[in-house]
Amino acid sequence: MVKIIYIEHDGTEHPVDVDVDTSIMEGAVSNSIPGIDADCGGGCACATCMVFIGDEWKDKISSMSDEEESMLDFHEYKEDSSRLGCQIQVTEEFDGLKVKMPPSQH
Amino acid sequence: MSKEKTLIIGGGQAACQTATSLKSKKYDGEIKIFCSENYLPYQRPPLSKKFLMGELDKERLFFKPEKFYTENEISINLNSFVQRIDIENKEIFLENNKKENYDNLVIATGTIPRKIDSEKKISDKVFYLRSIEDVLNIRDKIKESKKVTIIGGGYIGLEVAAIINNLGLQVTIVEMASRILERVTSETISSFYTKVHRQAGVEVLTNTSVEGLSENNNGIEVITSNGGIVSDFVIVGIGVLPCDTLASESGIDVKNGILVDEFCRTSNDSVFSAGDCTMHPNIFYNKNIRLESVHNAIEQGKTVASSIIGEKISYNQVPWFWSDQYETKLQTVGLLDNYDDIIVRGDTEKQSFAVFYIKDNIIIASDCVNRPAEHMMSRKLISEKVLIDKDRLSDETIPIKEVVN
Repeated sequence: MVKIIYIEHDGTEHPVDVDVDTSIMEGAVSNSIPGIDADCGGGCACATCMVFIGDEWKDKISSMSDEEESMLDFHEYKEDSSRLGCQIQVTEEFDGLKVKMPPSQH
Repeated sequence: MSKEKTLIIGGGQAACQTATSLKSKKYDGEIKIFCSENYLPYQRPPLSKKFLMGELDKERLFFKPEKFYTENEISINLNSFVQRIDIENKEIFLENNKKENYDNLVIATGTIPRKIDSEKKISDKVFYLRSIEDVLNIRDKIKESKKVTIIGGGYIGLEVAAIINNLGLQVTIVEMASRILERVTSETISSFYTKVHRQAGVEVLTNTSVEGLSENNNGIEVITSNGGIVSDFVIVGIGVLPCDTLASESGIDVKNGILVDEFCRTSNDSVFSAGDCTMHPNIFYNKNIRLESVHNAIEQGKTVASSIIGEKISYNQVPWFWSDQYETKLQTVGLLDNYDDIIVRGDTEKQSFAVFYIKDNIIIASDCVNRPAEHMMSRKLISEKVLIDKDRLSDETIPIKEVVN
């Protein structure tokens, strides 16, 4: 278990415990964090689990596949720090990670 | 005054979405869900994919952990079969004469697999794939088998074929129509997947109808119009039927699914329906359709929740689906409905291409294989009904985002 802080677009913080080897998306869904829809359940097929992750975490997080990049490219609120939560597996190194959510996933 | 009460029948995507949307919309009534299975509401798409492969624990299929329901005061009742609905007195009847009254009732009963021969006793060598239990049984059977016959070349049959082939078994697909996926897609996609499966070592038999099943010591024989196929077990994936009997027997209108309007209201004012079991209007295709899809279940679940709290937000969606087979991800958007032209962008040989279905110079649907950008772009172009230039669409030197100016 590591502590991840999910931050809603309005600034509301949700610090929760997330299992290692699950995904950032699953951590949000199983803890009922609003702001991540995850329609396809983690198949990288829908782009409704976008989160923003600060640059300082870049080295600790797996890099992005072309597939993920293409899906993100069409998200209305895409920024440079965007990732799909379902594509990032949680590791021990994520303790204290802050992920921010967009105003909407659609 | 007592609290308003909403009962939800079903334990799938639509049922769970309705409950979570009601909660997020601050519905203050009582919510009770009745699931016929012994599992918390769970995702079905991985059943024929990662879960069959054994890569995913069943707990990871659950949409929400148990504590979610407790914390949100959603009563979740497993193993609860609803026997009958009395729409006059607004009551549902459970086993042992237990009954429960409601103000709003949501029917989200989904579908059941079409049986190959409902008269016949189901052999322990014949499997259907709809539930966690089904997959656990298939997984056990795979361990002791070398050969499987899959009846039906639809998405379920093909996904299962890919997984079981990866697990090292010899797989034969038997399809009655002249090509696999005939009901759902174009010749281009059918030929592509036929080739992908054959290259992987799967035998794909088309124009082959099943005439019977015969069990013997060596396994089970599928008797077809082109001879017999002996294997250790059989998986049947020949489509599904909407679970609409509960509704029809109570006097709610059904017609190949529970009839609902754009607000997911049935013919009875207090009864709503969402997900695979509904026959609903789609404004993009101007007709009533029934969809077997996660996206539809989610969106209709949200629509039901809006209707219950009186928001009146209509369902207004272009359908989309996906399928994983081997190294390919197919993403489909829209319905292949009377198109007059097909444009292929990319290379089928390289397993990276998009097929656009066009009617009057507007894209009405697309099938994208390992082409997420084309898929996402199609969603936008279809819903906005944008006129397209077919030459630009097929020209790979122009990025998909710039195809439409």
